[in-house]
Amino acid sequence: MAEPFVSTPVITDAAESPLAGHYEQGEFGNLDRGARVTLTERFALAICDVCAWPGSETKAANAIKRASGASVTKTKDAIAEDAQAFQHAPGRWSVVAQNPALPEALAKAVGENGTVVDLSHGRTVLRIDGRQSRRALSKLFPIDFRSDAFPLEKGLATRHHEIFAQIQRVGEDAFDIIVFRSYARAFWHALRKASEEVGYAVA
Amino acid sequence: MIIPCPFCGPRDLSEFAYCGDADNLAARPDPAASDQSSWNAFVYDRTNPAGDHAEIWQHAGGCRRHLRIVRNTVTHAISDVTMPGAKA
Ligand SMILES: [Zn+2]
Repeated sequence: MAEPFVSTPVITDAAESPLAGHYEQGEFGNLDRGARVTLTERFALAICDVCAWPGSETKAANAIKRASGASVTKTKDAIAEDAQAFQHAPGRWSVVAQNPALPEALAKAVGENGTVVDLSHGRTVLRIDGRQSRRALSKLFPIDFRSDAFPLEKGLATRHHEIFAQIQRVGEDAFDIIVFRSYARAFWHALRKASEEVGYAVA
Repeated sequence: MIIPCPFCGPRDLSEFAYCGDADNLAARPDPAASDQSSWNAFVYDRTNPAGDHAEIWQHAGGCRRHLRIVRNTVTHAISDVTMPGAKA
């Protein structure tokens, strides 16, 4: 077997956010009832796409669990303390972790059961949290964000017009949105605009 | 219109891309062929049923899989959705 190709890990000290110059902390929008959502960029994470060969889905899911700690199965998405994973297409998972060694660990664990693509340099993870998060997100995506339709830990793929996005529910009212890095600034402005009505804080 | 994707569940039409008549795929000329009349026939000469129509859609803004859908062209009611290539 050929050595797995692993791209240069994110060098946290040197990395620059695609939102640099557009990420202003504070409270904005309609603050009559305070900031009812909080927006954050979760910066410098390791982000990978794992694709199982047909028939190897369970082995790939187990490999994701071993490498990241997020206990996904063929049918269940998962969040661990410092990693998260969800199946966004049949046999395909997004895996996000704070550990910069994630791509290498995944490539080793998945082995011949599938492929691992390191997207750390190509994706940006944004988080929206707060009681009114669903109201803001519903303006952007044609997705049912209600609690029973979108349970905790579940992740999915959708899009905001032409901006492809993956969304995972990471808390009672918290959602992580993964977008292409090159669209992150445009999407950030859209997310801020959608949050103005309910008042938002940038943390 | 809502399309029930077998993997993603019911999703809005805006996430899908239409990829053509599902029962006409075999009639496609050789992609390297440049014969205009056979391409014209493939692209334009087709039945236009008022009723059930089998068609291919890609869930381009979701799981990205191609689906075979039977849609009623009058009511938009979808009576069947399958994911070609997926194991039962
Ligand atoms: Zn789908």
